[in-house]
Amino acid sequence: MTATATIVAPAGRAPRERRSRLDVRRQRWGWLFVSPFLIVFALFLIFPLFYAFGMSLFTTGLATGTQFTGIGNYVKAFTDPLFLEGMLRVLAFAVVMIPAQLIVALIAALVLDSLVSWLSKASRLLIFAPYAIPVVIGALMWSFLYSPRFGPAGTLFELFGLPAPDFLASGTVFYSLVNIVTWQWSGYYMIVIYAALRSIDPAIYEAARIDGANGLQTALRIKIPMISSSMVMVITFALIGTLQFFTEPVVLRNIAQGAIDAAYTPNMYAYSLAFSYSQFNYASTIAFSLGILVFAGSFVFLFLTRKQSGLK
Amino acid sequence: MSTFTSPADTIDPLTSHENHSVRSRGRRRGGRRIGSSVFLVILAIYFVVPIWWLFVAATKDTAGLFSSPAFWFDGDFALFQNIAELFTHQGGIYWRWLGNSFIYAFAGGIGATILAILAGYGFAKYRFRGRSAIFTIILGSVMVPLTALVIPTFILLSQYGIINTPWAVILPSLLSPFGVYLMRVYTQDAVPDEMLEAARIDGAGEIRTFFQVALPLLRPAIVTVLLLSVVGTWNNFFLPLAVLTNEQLLPVTVGLNRWTALSNAGAGGEQVWNLITTGAFISVLPLLLSFLFLQRYWQGGLALGSLK
Repeated sequence: MTATATIVAPAGRAPRERRSRLDVRRQRWGWLFVSPFLIVFALFLIFPLFYAFGMSLFTTGLATGTQFTGIGNYVKAFTDPLFLEGMLRVLAFAVVMIPAQLIVALIAALVLDSLVSWLSKASRLLIFAPYAIPVVIGALMWSFLYSPRFGPAGTLFELFGLPAPDFLASGTVFYSLVNIVTWQWSGYYMIVIYAALRSIDPAIYEAARIDGANGLQTALRIKIPMISSSMVMVITFALIGTLQFFTEPVVLRNIAQGAIDAAYTPNMYAYSLAFSYSQFNYASTIAFSLGILVFAGSFVFLFLTRKQSGLK
Repeated sequence: MSTFTSPADTIDPLTSHENHSVRSRGRRRGGRRIGSSVFLVILAIYFVVPIWWLFVAATKDTAGLFSSPAFWFDGDFALFQNIAELFTHQGGIYWRWLGNSFIYAFAGGIGATILAILAGYGFAKYRFRGRSAIFTIILGSVMVPLTALVIPTFILLSQYGIINTPWAVILPSLLSPFGVYLMRVYTQDAVPDEMLEAARIDGAGEIRTFFQVALPLLRPAIVTVLLLSVVGTWNNFFLPLAVLTNEQLLPVTVGLNRWTALSNAGAGGEQVWNLITTGAFISVLPLLLSFLFLQRYWQGGLALGSLK
């Protein structure tokens, strides 16, 4: 398994033989195979991106009509407290949520890897189960559980004579959201990490054992470094997902309007600008800015971790 | 010290791709084992309790939801009554939503998979001018947040008049750059060039070579990409929320969210909490059950992306 394509230069370009007429004909087949995807790619990724950028350069006013305003919308966006607060909030989510998911997933995977029993098989399935539940439904379920009207919190805390905490107050809703996402995704990340652990050659553990390494040392010094490329992948996906946070806060907003405003995350802000206020130009600016920031963020992350991930 | 134990399950699907025939792992018996087991049980409870709650809640009527303990059944078992009510409330629109979800997920998922198989094979097995450059762009696009495309896609689709039709959800769902990446990496390893050459020398055309030689070898990756893209479309919320306003066309995710918003805002008559819980419960069953019965396929597959 070595053929990982790299970001900069996909492997396997070494010319193996002289180009013959056959090769030229085969080139055409290559194009035929990739073209259906390329059409969709152009129509639904490249074109919307450029279109959003184009839209963001114009401003539509009631009195003025549509006018070219250049980078005006970007100046507005990057001085717009609603957008900036949203960006900071998703960054805060990234800082709290990604480690939370990663730690749960990593520890679970390490324990599963060290334990072979029916229990470990069963718990692997159960921990993964939330991945099979649509994000909306997961968030709906938790919003019931958090709700002071239906939720079990009141009864549980009464047992100890304590007042139930309000999971949906503006101070706590952040952590309530962290909990939903951790619940939903840790199992998936666990499966990815677990599979990577299983692909390590067990002879290495044997060597470590002979050298006197204990379980914890083996985990920290051998297992984790050897799966760093999957860790980088998991973190990258979690990062991209977190920065475009949308579904969970939208669903929770149904019962926590006070704590979650319409501009809680940049995506929610763009959505409400477009569909509540019909400000499509400015909404495109926000969406495009978010896209660029996420792209740049994950690019920088992949660049910084290129040693660990094996991407060149 | 640790003792040697069973050569762990040799048919574990996780390693089928890798094919480690015999694995042996050291472990310390006793305390650590119990500690690990207790840890796993606690973790499993955390992940399962909300699902258990959903099942219990689906068996209660609205009054029961408010009055009875959250994690245990109410006196009367109202599940079937709730299901019957799903058939009558708003003319049984719930089942329509569920059907829409199926159609969108399968049309989008299968379509995306077919495109990814073809493109992955093309990139892996043909050398054509511009291949590296195009593939680099596709790989980079994995980092573009797809939700950032929803609003421009909405504007574009409305200009072509396909907003508020099933196509507005299905067509953008065909896009799966990560699927193409997975298929390319997998094809490169799993389909030897020599085999393709042999087929060509035997006189098989490019299409026949693809279908009869390459395709059977790609099965594990196909299952994975199919699973990821079906789940992805089934999960999708932002896109249908933006491009669909006709209630008859909504997928079940958007529909249930709409009922929740109405129940929270509305007066007594609009509160359909029992339908929301029962509807949510029924809607998670197909995927939960498929994951349970298709373990063999996804356990190995989901990790493909991380293998090097």
